Amino acid sequence: MLDIFDMYHSWWFRLLMVALALNIIACSVHRLSTTWNIIFNTHPSYNTARFKKLSGNIEFTDNRSPDELIKIYGSIIAKRFGTQKIDKSGNGYFIFAEKFRWTRLGAYIVHLSIMLLLTGSLIGSLLGFEGYVNIPEGETVNKIRLRNSRQIYPLDFEIRCDDFKISFYDSGTPKEYRSSLTIIENQKPVLKRDIIVNDPLRYRGINIYQSGYGKMSAEKKPVVDIKSKKIVLNITNHRTGMTYTKELLIGEAIALPEGRGRFLIKEFLPSAIFGGQNIGSALIGILTGKGSDPKKVLLPLRFPDFDKMRNGHFVFYTANTDSLLMTSESDMANRYYTGLQVTKDPGVWVVYTGFVMMMIGCFVSFFMSHQQILIEIHQTGGETRVLVAGTANKNKTGMNLRLQKLSRILARQSYKQH
Amino acid sequence: MNSSLLLSITTFVYGLAAVLYIIAWIFKKPQPGKTASWILIIGAVCNTAGIFLRWVESYKLGIGHAPLSNMYESLIFFSWTIVILYIVVEHRYKNRVIGAFVSPIAFLAMAYASLPNISDRIQPLIPALKSNWLIAHVVTCFLGYSAFAIAFGISIMYLIKQTDKTEKIRLLSSFPNLEVLDELTQQMVVVGFLFLTGGIITGAVWANSAWGTYWSWDPKETWSLITWFVYATLLHARLMRGWHGKQIAYLSIIGFLAVMFTYFGVNLLPGLHSYAK
Repeated sequence: MLDIFDMYHSWWFRLLMVALALNIIACSVHRLSTTWNIIFNTHPSYNTARFKKLSGNIEFTDNRSPDELIKIYGSIIAKRFGTQKIDKSGNGYFIFAEKFRWTRLGAYIVHLSIMLLLTGSLIGSLLGFEGYVNIPEGETVNKIRLRNSRQIYPLDFEIRCDDFKISFYDSGTPKEYRSSLTIIENQKPVLKRDIIVNDPLRYRGINIYQSGYGKMSAEKKPVVDIKSKKIVLNITNHRTGMTYTKELLIGEAIALPEGRGRFLIKEFLPSAIFGGQNIGSALIGILTGKGSDPKKVLLPLRFPDFDKMRNGHFVFYTANTDSLLMTSESDMANRYYTGLQVTKDPGVWVVYTGFVMMMIGCFVSFFMSHQQILIEIHQTGGETRVLVAGTANKNKTGMNLRLQKLSRILARQSYKQH
Repeated sequence: MNSSLLLSITTFVYGLAAVLYIIAWIFKKPQPGKTASWILIIGAVCNTAGIFLRWVESYKLGIGHAPLSNMYESLIFFSWTIVILYIVVEHRYKNRVIGAFVSPIAFLAMAYASLPNISDRIQPLIPALKSNWLIAHVVTCFLGYSAFAIAFGISIMYLIKQTDKTEKIRLLSSFPNLEVLDELTQQMVVVGFLFLTGGIITGAVWANSAWGTYWSWDPKETWSLITWFVYATLLHARLMRGWHGKQIAYLSIIGFLAVMFTYFGVNLLPGLHSYAK
C-alpha cells in the first residue's frame, strides 16, 4: 500500500510534491505584496537618517558651491543609476538614486520555475506516456507496451526495423548500437532514419530511442529447418575431373563413387572455426575411405571451394550453398531485435522553460541586488561637504566597494574642474 | 612522459603544498606559506597539462574523448577544480590558512585516484556517454562539488575557531575572523548551488535526449536532488531566518556529506550512472 519499492509513483510521494508546491506558493504570495510595493513604488522615498547611519559611508570636501556640484554629480549619477531624485535641503542638496529594483523578484523567478517543473511533470504524466517495444529485424509494429501499467498502447503509425547493428571496440566493449528504422503510415513509408543512443527519432510528438537489443529467441525460429533441406554435393575426382552429383540430408551417409568408401554429413555448425578464424556456418562431413581411418571434412557454406585445399582423391563441393545459407542464417538465431524506448511528453517544454527560468532566477538572486544611494551635498563654513552613502538588499560588502569606487569618481571629477 | 606519470607527480606536488600550508599555519611562518602557494600553482599546471595530455593520448588511441568519463578522470578533474577555485579565493582574501584546510582535500582526491582499484586506463566511450552534453554536465557538476568542498573546509575552520571565545589560542589567531569565514562559506555555497543547479539541469536535458525521460529517479539523480535541497535549506535559513555562523557551518558540512554520497556512495546502489565507478 505504501509502494516502498516504487515510492516515486506512490500516492504519498505525490502528496509530498503537492505539499511542497502549496508551501512555495503560500510563502511566495505571503512575501510578494511587500516586495511588489518596493518594486512598483512610483514615489520612492528615503530616510536620510537611515542612510547616514550606514557603515560604508564616505565623506570628502570640495571648494565649489553645492549648486555647481549638483550639476556635475547629477549627470554622473543619472548615467550610472536609472532613476534619481534631487531634493533641496537647507544648505545644499540630496541626490537619491537606485537601480535593479526588479532583482528583488529573483527568488520569485526561482519559485515560479519550480512550479513550472511540477506543472510540466504533471502534464507529462497526464498526457504523455513511456513505453517500449522490441522489433525483430525486418518486422513492423504498430503498438508498444507501457512501462508502468504494462498495458498495450496502439500507435498512429507503424515502425519497421530494417536492420540492427552492434559494433565493438577492439577491447570488446560495445561501441555503437544502431537501428535502421522506417516509419510507415497508411502502408506507405514516410520516414527512414538510423537511430543510435543519444540520437533519437522524433515523429509526430513521439520520441523513439535506442535502448536495448537482443538475439531472437529459439521459439521464434522460422519453420524451415536446415535438417529438412537436401544438400547437393558435387564430388569431383581431383585427377580425372570426373564429377558425380549426390543429394543427402544432415546425418545421412552415402556410398562414394569409384568404390572409395563412404561419406557422411555429420552436422551443421552455425559458426565454424578454422585456424582460429570464424569462417561462418559450415557442414561437417566424415570421410571413411577403404581400410583407412575416418577423416573430418570441413565444408564452409561461404567458401564452396574450400575442400580443394585438402588435396584428397575427391573434392567435395556444396552446390546449393545459397539456398542453404538462407535457411541456416535466418534459422540459427542470427537475427537481432532492437529494443526501443517510445515516449511522448508534451510537458517537456514547460519543464525546459522552468530550467531556463531557474538558472536566470538563481543568477539574479545570488549575484544582483537592489542598490540605493544617497549623496548629500551641503555647505559648511567656506567649503562643501559631500557624503556618499548607499545600501543594497544583498552583498553589503560588495556595495561598500562600489561606493568607494563611486566616490573616487566623484572626487576626481571635482579636481578636474579646478 | 605520459599523462598517468604527470598526474602521479601532481599528486605529490599537491601533497607537498598541503604539508607546507599546514606548516605555515602551525609555525606561523610566512615563507613556507608563500612557497606553498607557488607549489600549488605548479601542481595546478601539472594537473592541467595531465588532463590535456590524457585528452591527446585518447585521440592517439583512436578513441578520442574528453577525459571526463570514469571515476579516475572525474577525481583528477575534481582536484583540478578545487585547486583552481582555491587559488582564486586565496588571491582575493590573502589568507593562506584556508589552504591548510582545502589543499588536503585536493590531495586526497588525487591520492584516491591513484589507488589500484581505480583504473587509470583510457577506455573508449560507451554509447550512452557519446554526447556533447558529457562535457557540459560533468564540468558544471564538478565546479559545484569543488565549491562545496571549499565551503566544507571553511566551515570546519569556523567550527574550530568559534570554540575559542577568548581568542587566546595561538593556532587560531591566524584564521580569518568569524565574520569573514561565515561570509566565505555563504559565497562558496552560492557558487556551488548555481553550478549544482546547472549540473542537474544539463543532466536532465541529456537524459531526455538519451533515454527519453528527463528524470527517472535513478539514485544519482535522487541524491543530487537531496544535496540540492540541503543547500537550498541553508540559503533559505540564512536569507529568510537570519541563520549565521555555527548553524550555517553545520548545514554546509551536512551538504558536503550529501555531495560525497552523491559522488561515491551512490555507486554502491544500482542505477543509470554505473559507468562512473
